[in-house]
Amino acid sequence: MTSTTQPIDPLYNPKLRPIIDKIIEDNIDLDGGLMVVLNNLQSKIGFLSAPMQEYVAECLSIPVSKVHGVVSFYSFFTTVPRGKHVIKFCIGTACYVGGITQMVDKAKQMLGIEPGQTTSDGMITLEVCRCVGACSQAPVVVVDEVNNGRMKPAKFTKVIEKVLNDEAAA
Amino acid sequence: MAYYRSTILVSMDPICIEKGALQIKEQIIEELKLQKILDEVQILDSPRIGDPETEGPDILVYPEGSHYIALTPESVHPLVVEHFIKGRELAQYSAKMRDLMDEEVREPKDKEVRVILENIGKIDPRNIEDYIATDGYSALAKVLTEMTPEDVIQMVLDSKLRGRGGAGFPTGLKWKFARQAQATPKFMVCNADEGDPGAFMNRKVLEGDPHSVIEGMVIGAYAVGSSQGYVYCRAEYPIAVSTLNVAIKQAKEYGLLGENIMGSGFSFDLEVRMGAGAFVCGEETALIASIEGSRGEPRVRPPFPASKGLWGKPTNINNVETYANIPKIIYRGLEWYTSMGSEKSKGTKTFALAGNVAHTGLIEVPFGMTLREIIYDIGGGIKDGKAFKAVQTGGPMGGCLPTCDLDLPVDYETLGAAGSIMGSGGMIVMDEDTCMVDIARFFMEFTQEESCGKCVPCRVGTRRILEILERICAGGGIPEDIPMLRSLCEEIKQDSLCGLGQGAPNPVVSTLNHFLDEYEAHIYEKRCPAKVCRNLISYHISEEKCTGCTICARNCPVSAITGERKLTHVINQDICIRCGICHQVCNFDAVEVN
Ligand SMILES: Cc1cc2nc3c(=O)[nH]c(=O)nc-3n(C[C@H](O)[C@H](O)[C@H](O)COP(=O)(O)O)c2cc1C
Ligand code: SF4
Ligand code: SF4
Ligand code: SF4
Ligand code: FES
Repeated sequence: MTSTTQPIDPLYNPKLRPIIDKIIEDNIDLDGGLMVVLNNLQSKIGFLSAPMQEYVAECLSIPVSKVHGVVSFYSFFTTVPRGKHVIKFCIGTACYVGGITQMVDKAKQMLGIEPGQTTSDGMITLEVCRCVGACSQAPVVVVDEVNNGRMKPAKFTKVIEKVLNDEAAA
Repeated sequence: MAYYRSTILVSMDPICIEKGALQIKEQIIEELKLQKILDEVQILDSPRIGDPETEGPDILVYPEGSHYIALTPESVHPLVVEHFIKGRELAQYSAKMRDLMDEEVREPKDKEVRVILENIGKIDPRNIEDYIATDGYSALAKVLTEMTPEDVIQMVLDSKLRGRGGAGFPTGLKWKFARQAQATPKFMVCNADEGDPGAFMNRKVLEGDPHSVIEGMVIGAYAVGSSQGYVYCRAEYPIAVSTLNVAIKQAKEYGLLGENIMGSGFSFDLEVRMGAGAFVCGEETALIASIEGSRGEPRVRPPFPASKGLWGKPTNINNVETYANIPKIIYRGLEWYTSMGSEKSKGTKTFALAGNVAHTGLIEVPFGMTLREIIYDIGGGIKDGKAFKAVQTGGPMGGCLPTCDLDLPVDYETLGAAGSIMGSGGMIVMDEDTCMVDIARFFMEFTQEESCGKCVPCRVGTRRILEILERICAGGGIPEDIPMLRSLCEEIKQDSLCGLGQGAPNPVVSTLNHFLDEYEAHIYEKRCPAKVCRNLISYHISEEKCTGCTICARNCPVSAITGERKLTHVINQDICIRCGICHQVCNFDAVEVN
C-alpha cells in the first residue's frame, strides 16, 4: 500500500492523467490557449500542482516561468488541493456593508481555521472572494458553489452544521 | 393500471376557475393530444395550489414538482412543448424561477424605463425563438440589407451612445477608429469582467438576454470590419458563460452568426473566454493580455486597442451593456433613443442597488434622474427606518456622496465633478451605522490587493494609505495622518499607469471631503461614531434588560459570554473580539455598545 500522507500528483494518477492530456490536446492550437488550459485544469482537477504546470509548459512549448507567472497572477488558480467542501465568503462591498465579517468570525470559531486554510482532515476549506454577483442577497456565503444569501450568524451556524453532519452521515 | 410519466394537478379554487382554470385545463388536454402524449400524462383537479389571487390559474407538475403560475391561454402551447417534449422548466411561468428572478429584478417601479432589462425574466434565454419573437435580430437584418458600415457608425455616433463600462467614451467614435485602422484581421471584444463588487447588471443581461449582446456585437463587427470576436467573462459567472455558449450555438444554427450571416456574405464568429479572478483584467489592455494567455497587466496607452489590441491587431472593446443598446437604437430609431436621458448622456442606465436600501436589485433609469429619486422613489429609501449616510457609486474607484449631493442628476459629468464616477452601475447605499473611515479602509484593502504591482505609486502608495487607515481605525491615528493621506492620494492619482491606480484614491478623498468629522473623532477622541471599529468600542449586557435567554452565549464565536439560564449574562472583555453578533441576536436589546 502506498503512503496516505503523500497523495500522488494528478499528473501521475492514472485516472486523472487522461483528463489532463485531453484538456491540453483540445486547446493546444488555440490562440491564447494557456489561460483556457489552466482554467479547465483548475476546474476539472481542482488545483495546479508544480508538476502539472511544468507539463503544461512543455506541451504548449512555453517557458515554465511564464506558466508560473500566469498561475500566480490569478486568484482562481490554486497550487494545493482544496478541501472536499469549500466555504467561500463574499467580501465585496455589498456583503461587507451587510455584515459578512460576523460570518467569517463564526466559521473561524467553529472550524478552528482561518480563511485560506483547510481543516486538518481535508474536509473544509475557507476562502474569501470579492463579489460573486449576487449582491441583492448580501451578505452571501458560497458553500460548494451554491449561494446562501441574506446570511445571519445564527442561520450560518446551521449551514456549517449541515456540511459537517452530511459528511459524518456519509 | 395505466402508467403515467407525469401528473398535472390543476388548481380548481373558485378564484382560479373565475380566472379561466377550466379552459386552461381543456387546452392542456388538447395540446397533449396534439403532441401525442395524452396517454402518458395524468391530469387531476386539486382544490388549491398557490395563492389564487396572485398566482392563479396555476398547476403543479409531478414528479418534478414544477409550479407554473398565472397561466394564460397563450402559455399552454409553449409550456407543454418545453416541459413535456423538451423536458425543461419554462422559466417564464415557473414560480421558483420567478422568485429567484424577483429578488434581483423586480417589477419596474413607476420612474423606471426598461430598455436593457426589458426582456429579462420574460423570455427564455436558452431559446433563441423567444428573442426573435420580441423583434430580436431585426436590427441585424436591417443593417445587413439596408445599411453600409459607415451608415451604422454614423447612426451610433448620432445616438450619442456612450460606453457603459465606466469611462463613457462615445461608442460611435470608438467604432470609427477601429474601422479606420488599416491592419487586419480586426477583433471585437466584449468586456464581461464586471469586477466591481456590488454590481451585477452585466451578469443579469448575459444570463437573461444573451442574444441582445450577440446581436450588438455582430452589428459592431459589420461596422468595423471584423470577423472574429471574444466575450471575456469573469470566472465567477459560470451560468452566464453556459447561457452565452448555448445562445452562440443557437445563433449559429439559425444563420445569425458564423459564415455568411443571413446570406449577406458577411461572416463573424464568436467565442467565450474566461477570466480567473483578477479585478484589473477589466481594464482593456489587461483584458487583452489575459485573452492572449498572459498575466493580466495593463500597459501604457496609446497605442489604443483600436489600432493595436489583441495580438497587436486593431481591436474594439465595449462593455456588455454598450453592445446590448445597439440593436435597440437601430431598430427603434434615433428619435426614440435620444428622447431619453440628459443633454450629454443619452438613453438609460442599469444600476445594481445594494447595501442598506429597502429594495435591493437591478433597476434601469434614464440618465439625469437624481440620486434621491433612485434611492427613495425606486429603492424605497433606507432599510429598517435608519437614516441615510452616503451612497457609493462606481465601485472601488468611485466615491462616497453625502446627503447634500442627493439631488445631483446621475450622469458621467455630474458624478465626476462631485468626486465620484459613474462606473459600471454599482450603487451601494450606506446608513447611519456605517463608519466612513472603515469604508475607506475597506476599499483601500481591495485596491491594494488587486493592484497588479506594475507601477510603484499604485503598489506602494495603496499599501501606505491602507496602513494609515488601519492605524486610524485601530485607535492609533495622529493629526498628521490627514495631510499625509491627502498627499499620498494626490501622488497615486498623478503617477499611476492605469485607471485602477488613478481611481484608487477616490474613496479616501471623498470620505475626507465629506466626512472629515468621522476621521477626527477616530484620531482625536479615539471614538468611532458609527460604533463599527472594533478597537474603539466595547459591548456590555444591561442587567435590567437581560432575561437570561442564553441566545447570545450560544452565538458568540469566541465563547466570551457566560451566565446561567434566566440570569443576567456577562461578557468577558478580555476574550471578546467585538464582532457584534450578540448585539444582533439579542431579542431584548440588552446588549449595548459603547
Ligand atoms: C481597473 C479597471 C477595471 C475595469 N473594469 C471594467 C469592467 O469590469 N467592465 C467594463 O466593461 N469595463 C471595465 N473597465 C473599463 C475598460 O477599460 C474599458 O474602458 C471598457 O471596457 C470600454 O467599454 P465601453 O466603451 O463600452 O465602456 C475597467 C477599467 C479599469 C481601469
Ligand atoms: S496603476 Fe496599479 S493596477 Fe494599474 S498598472 Fe499600475 S500597478 Fe497595475
Ligand atoms: S441574548 Fe440578550 S437577553 Fe438573552 S442572555 Fe443574551 S443579553 Fe440576555
Ligand atoms: S461582541 Fe462578539 S465576541 Fe464579543 S461577546 Fe458579543 S458575540 Fe462574543
Ligand atoms: S458584494 Fe457580495 S455578492 Fe456582490
